[in-house]
Amino acid sequence: MLLQVEGLRKTFGRRVAVDGIGFSLDVGEIVGFLGPNGAGKTTTMRMIAGYLEPDDGAAKVFNIDVAQDRRRAQERVGYLPEGAPLYGEMTPWDFLRFIAEARGMSREAARHAVRRASQDARLGDSIERPIETLSKGYRRRVGFAAALLHDPMLLILDEPTDGLDPNQRHAVRDLIKKLGEERGLIISTHMLEEVEAVCTRAIIIDKGRIVADKTPQALIEEHGSLERAFTALTGGEERA
Amino acid sequence: MTKRPGLSSMLAVYRRELLSYLTTPTAYVFIAVFLFAIGLFTFQVGGFFDARRADLTAFFTFHPWIFMVFLPAIAMRLWAEEARSGALELLLTLPAPTWALVAGKFLAAWTVAAVALLLTIPLWITVNILGSPDNAAIFTAYLASLLLAGAYIAIGSAMSALTQAQIVAFVLAVLISFLLTALGLPLVLDFFSGMIGGGVAEAIARFSLLHHFDAAQRGVVEFRSVFYYVSLIALCLGFTALAVDARRGG
Repeated sequence: MLLQVEGLRKTFGRRVAVDGIGFSLDVGEIVGFLGPNGAGKTTTMRMIAGYLEPDDGAAKVFNIDVAQDRRRAQERVGYLPEGAPLYGEMTPWDFLRFIAEARGMSREAARHAVRRASQDARLGDSIERPIETLSKGYRRRVGFAAALLHDPMLLILDEPTDGLDPNQRHAVRDLIKKLGEERGLIISTHMLEEVEAVCTRAIIIDKGRIVADKTPQALIEEHGSLERAFTALTGGEERA
Repeated sequence: MTKRPGLSSMLAVYRRELLSYLTTPTAYVFIAVFLFAIGLFTFQVGGFFDARRADLTAFFTFHPWIFMVFLPAIAMRLWAEEARSGALELLLTLPAPTWALVAGKFLAAWTVAAVALLLTIPLWITVNILGSPDNAAIFTAYLASLLLAGAYIAIGSAMSALTQAQIVAFVLAVLISFLLTALGLPLVLDFFSGMIGGGVAEAIARFSLLHHFDAAQRGVVEFRSVFYYVSLIALCLGFTALAVDARRGG
C-alpha cells in the first residue's frame, strides 16, 4: 500500500481542522480532494507531507509513519504546496539544484535529477531566467519539477491548477494524468470538471471529515452531476 | 542519496542563502554602511590618529555597538521571510534534519559578516605602515570580533524564527543584543553593585558580550571567552531549531 491514513486529527487552538480522516491509496490511483475552503484539505495534505504533525492518528507512506520517522517518509513523497512557493530571485535551474542537494543528493546526482525532472515537467528553455520573471503557469511547472526530483511514488499536489489560464490548466492536467500511470497521486481542486477528467477517485471533505469516497462516475450517477453531489454533501450554503 | 544527508542539506541551504544575499542588495548595502560606520567611529569618535599609537583599539572598541544594530539587520530575514513567503513549507517538507537548515542559514549570514570584517584589513595594513603594532594581538582581536558577530547573528536568527515580520525580528534582536552587551558597561555594573552588591554585579558581567570582548581586544585569548561565545551561539541556534520545529505542531 502506497499510503495509509488512519484517524488523522488536527486542531488549531479550539478549531478542529481535520477530524478523523482515514483512507488509503494505491499505485495507479489519482485521488481528487474536494471540499469547501477551510474543510481541511490542505491541513490533511500537510500532515501527509510531514509539514504539520497530527494531534492524533497517523499517515503511513509505504508503512512508514510520517510523524514517527519523518525524514524516511519524506524521502518517498513529492509535495507541491498550495500556491507553489518558490524563491523568486533564483532561476529554475538553481532552485531545482538547491532542492535536490538539500534532499541529500550529490552534485552529480542532483544535476541528473534536475535534467530529468525539468523534462518531465516540460520546463523547456526558460530554465536560466529568474523565477519571478516567469509566468504563473511556468512557475507552477517549476513547483512540479521540484516535487518530482527524487522520483517519488507518491505525489501530493495542493491545488496544482489554481490561478492558471485554460491552456495552462490543460497542460498541467495532461501532466497529472501521465504521472498517475505509475504513481499514486492526491490532488486538491475546486474545479469539479478536473476531477471528472483526471481522477480515478473523489474524496469529498467537509468540516474535517470525509463525506464521500467514490469514483467520480459513481457520484455522478447518484446525484446527477459532481456539482450537485458537492452541494448536497457539503451543506450548500456559504458559511461566514 | 548520500551517506550524510544532514551535511549535504546544510551545505545546500548555506549556498542558497549566500546566493540570495548576493543577488539582493541587502548584503552590499550592509557591507557599505558597515564600513562607513566603522570608519566614522574609528576616526572621528575613537580618535585613531590623535592617539598616536600604532594599534587598532579605536577600531575594535566600537564593534559591539555597531554589530548590535547591523547584524540583526542581516539576520532578520533568515526565517521570518521564509514564513511570510510560504517557502518554509518547502524547507520543512524536505527530508532534512532541522539543525541542518538552521546551521546552513546561520553560517551564510555569518559569512556576510566575515566578508565585512575582511574588508577592514586595509586599516590593519595602514597601522603597519604607520608604526609597528602587535600583529598577534590584532589577529586575536579579529577572531574575537568574528565570534562576537556570530553571537549577534545567532540572536538575530532566534528572533527571526519567532515571527513572520522581519521588522519585529529586527527590533527584538537589537533589544536583546543591547541588553546582553550593556550588562558589561561600568555604568550598568555600578548600578547593580549599588543595589545588590559587587559580587553579584561581577557575576552578571560575566554574561555580557562586552565583558568577553574587552579582554580579547587587548589581545588576550581566554578559553572561557571562546567558550562563552560558542555556548551562546549554540544556545541561540538550539532555540531557533525549537522555534522552527514548533511550527510543525501548528
